[in-house]
Amino acid sequence: MKETPKDTKEYWRWQEYHRVLSDKSWKGKEAITAGVDVGSVGSKAAIMIDGEMYAWAVTRTGSNSPESAKKVMNMVLEGTDLQQSDIKYTVGTGYGRVNVPMANKAITEIACHAKGANYIWGSSVRTILDVGGQDIKAIHCDETGRVTSFLMNDKCAAGTGRGMEVFADLLQIPIEEIGKASLNIDEEPPPVSCTCVAFAKTEAIGLLRKGWSKEKVLAAYTRAMAVRMANLVNRVGLEREFVVTGGQSKNTGIVSRVENILGVKTLPMPNWREGGLDPMVAGATGAALLAKALYLKSLGN
Amino acid sequence: MIIHYGYTDGSGEYYICIDSDMCDGCGKCVDQCPQSALGIVTEMIDLEDKKVAAVMEEHRKKIKYTCSRCKPELNKTPCVSACVNGAIHCSWKAS
Repeated sequence: MKETPKDTKEYWRWQEYHRVLSDKSWKGKEAITAGVDVGSVGSKAAIMIDGEMYAWAVTRTGSNSPESAKKVMNMVLEGTDLQQSDIKYTVGTGYGRVNVPMANKAITEIACHAKGANYIWGSSVRTILDVGGQDIKAIHCDETGRVTSFLMNDKCAAGTGRGMEVFADLLQIPIEEIGKASLNIDEEPPPVSCTCVAFAKTEAIGLLRKGWSKEKVLAAYTRAMAVRMANLVNRVGLEREFVVTGGQSKNTGIVSRVENILGVKTLPMPNWREGGLDPMVAGATGAALLAKALYLKSLGN
Repeated sequence: MIIHYGYTDGSGEYYICIDSDMCDGCGKCVDQCPQSALGIVTEMIDLEDKKVAAVMEEHRKKIKYTCSRCKPELNKTPCVSACVNGAIHCSWKAS
């Protein structure tokens, strides 16, 4: 009996990386703070010097939150000559925020995402759609990045990063190409009717059997998720200064459909591949900023 | 900050909204909720820790079932009536 080669390609796997903005120096600076955002799928860490971004890292969250926090913290320190002990204050956030061993304080990701988006895009940002690994959050904030209204999805992983990973695997399209693939269609198909990932997967298999192309199935799934996201955004209050954060901000299929449904363009996405800030790290960015504020407060300033 | 908890399904959308700026953390709504869905949590607002009422995590994704008994009463539900600060609102919009 001859064994057939197994398809071992991990279509769901996305790029893990770390970056240091080498034009900045931390020497002689006092407020070196960090934010660690342990999400359900991705862990992110950011280091700031006096409230300015210095380094960040993105990795996959493992089955153990404290370990994931340590892993991403080691990653972000790599390439800098900083030691863990140089960091004056660390804020933990995200799904696993209570399990961040090096954190001085845990803060909900809502506050952190608003602060982070305020830093990445500037004070004009009002409406934020955060599409994470297992949750979708819609946030409305003021010019200081203070949250005024907040809403999280009521259901499960559907339409989130993890759901997209499941579809990448099912359709054998690498996750980083999934957005483009979903737009590679002649005509937008009607959205899938299931909001549960497990049921949507079953529905997708049925559609493939009916002869739909992979791209068309993906478009139908992406469309359904974009409709749900748009509803959440409308509820918290949509304004023209609208951005998408979280891992799915990199999914052009999602972002363009949400824009299309809402009739509003998102603010330009930073070029994170070329050294720009990463919207996926918005939570950790905000956490590091809040860490600076809390550090200064602890000094009595 | 107004936090919306709720659901949308084929019949419409139901939301319970808690305004953490208006909430003083007195806990009267927590005592009145027949489903024990509410609790007092610590929220950081303007760098200060504040105790505020919130829908507990284990009920957050089950509002449809948890709040189904009180839902027809809308703004006369036990939690809304208990709040002297008017920090809690319920809304239902049939689709």
